[in-house]
Amino acid sequence: MMITLTDLTFAYPQTAPVLQNFNWQIRRGERWALLGPSGCGKTTLLYLLAGLRFPSSGELLIDGESLSRPRPHSGLILQEYGLLPWATVRENAELGLQVHGFYGADGIHAPHGETAVTPNLLPWLERLGLDALSDKYPSQLSGGQRQRTAIARTLALNPDLLLMDEPFSSLDAVTRADLQKLTLELCAEQNLTLVMVTHAIEEAAIMGQKILLLGNPPIIKPLIIDNPKAGKKDYRDSQEYNQLCHDLRQRMEVV
Amino acid sequence: MKKRDVILAAFGIFLFWQISALIVNRNILPSPLVVVPIFFRELLNGNMLSHALASLWRVVASMFLSVALAAPTGLALGQSKRFNRFFSPVIYLLYPIPKVVLIPIILLFFGIGDLPKIIIIFMILFFQILVLVRDQAAALPTELIQSVRSLGAGRRALFRFVYLPASLPAILTALRQSVGTAVAVLYITETFATQRGLGYYIFLNASTLFDYPTMYAGVLAMSLLGLGLYFSVDWLEHRLCKWQFVD
Repeated sequence: MMITLTDLTFAYPQTAPVLQNFNWQIRRGERWALLGPSGCGKTTLLYLLAGLRFPSSGELLIDGESLSRPRPHSGLILQEYGLLPWATVRENAELGLQVHGFYGADGIHAPHGETAVTPNLLPWLERLGLDALSDKYPSQLSGGQRQRTAIARTLALNPDLLLMDEPFSSLDAVTRADLQKLTLELCAEQNLTLVMVTHAIEEAAIMGQKILLLGNPPIIKPLIIDNPKAGKKDYRDSQEYNQLCHDLRQRMEVV
Repeated sequence: MKKRDVILAAFGIFLFWQISALIVNRNILPSPLVVVPIFFRELLNGNMLSHALASLWRVVASMFLSVALAAPTGLALGQSKRFNRFFSPVIYLLYPIPKVVLIPIILLFFGIGDLPKIIIIFMILFFQILVLVRDQAAALPTELIQSVRSLGAGRRALFRFVYLPASLPAILTALRQSVGTAVAVLYITETFATQRGLGYYIFLNASTLFDYPTMYAGVLAMSLLGLGLYFSVDWLEHRLCKWQFVD
């Protein structure tokens, strides 16, 4: 088991809990979609996994360790505003390595034993189709190119866990499908465990081998839907996919 | 803006001056054809250069001092809600006070010499930079901070990679906006309790020597000082904040 949440409760100060005695497990290499309406606490759950929020009670372990800050081997990609506006694509993509170099491999900010290397982002920029744009600033990019830059920045750090918060929801349909496909490919290539927050049923069905369906808080018992064929070729056009979307839609109306 | 257009505009202004001089036709408005040669003569052979350098030193010293103190303070206030809650009423009250009216008080405390002049200009620039840097730092999207934190950045790396570069355009904008005021106030401070500086030079030629063409040369020098500083900040902004000028 890679990630274990045991009796986890989380509440923002002076409000009712978002998560209450919540139990959940994620195996290494799994791809999860967290699906639910806005305000259901799915982003909070992701931020807990990212080490940017901390449980009020209960336990959250990743690789057997509880978090007191973001874990060096986790990568986080947000919907927007994740890039430095004053830095070029290349500089943005290098940022993670720069931060690690800034502290050295202390095991807190950067993994132990990571050797300081001159950042060479070119392979990543090429892989993500950004090599021609490396000297552009974020304001000169399309939404899809910006998210590709954010992905390059995260993957350059060799993460084993990729956390995404509605990463493609502000993109047009074609670009979104394109980046979903790319993310699936990268997860397979890099052996990544993926947790993706989304409010789009179709996206959850495409990306998640497992879908965690969240209703209104407090979230107590997880509702998990298996979707083993997600990521297979032509799944988007299959009968099963359509059936799953239909089911999810009905269930979301209930929860 | 094209260089050619700026040069044309400068030419137009001189032309306007020349025509006005012809129309007025009195010694209180000498022609640029008289003033410009005097300007160069005074600059190269006279003592105007030393006055100009004294003025330049006062402004530049104030600029450095204000950036050095206001930028970190602004960053601290912009980063910390608690700090800001405590200090923002104080700033709210002090910021709009016209600092020029404090000149007599500053002179009482710091006497003659460069220091009181530097302090006055410093006070003007300090609040401009402080407020702009503070607002800039506070306006950084939480998402940006969180995603850089997720890359492993703690307080120091956030400062180095996010807050510091984010404050640079604010510092330069503040300087660009207030450099004109700074030179104006410099002029006022130099009209008393000193015998150095372009303000003194202009004042002396105008009201003691009644040498109007030389006074105009001084005015020209002071204008060029302001312009030069403005252009320098503008140039720095284009160099250091390239991302703001891409299309």
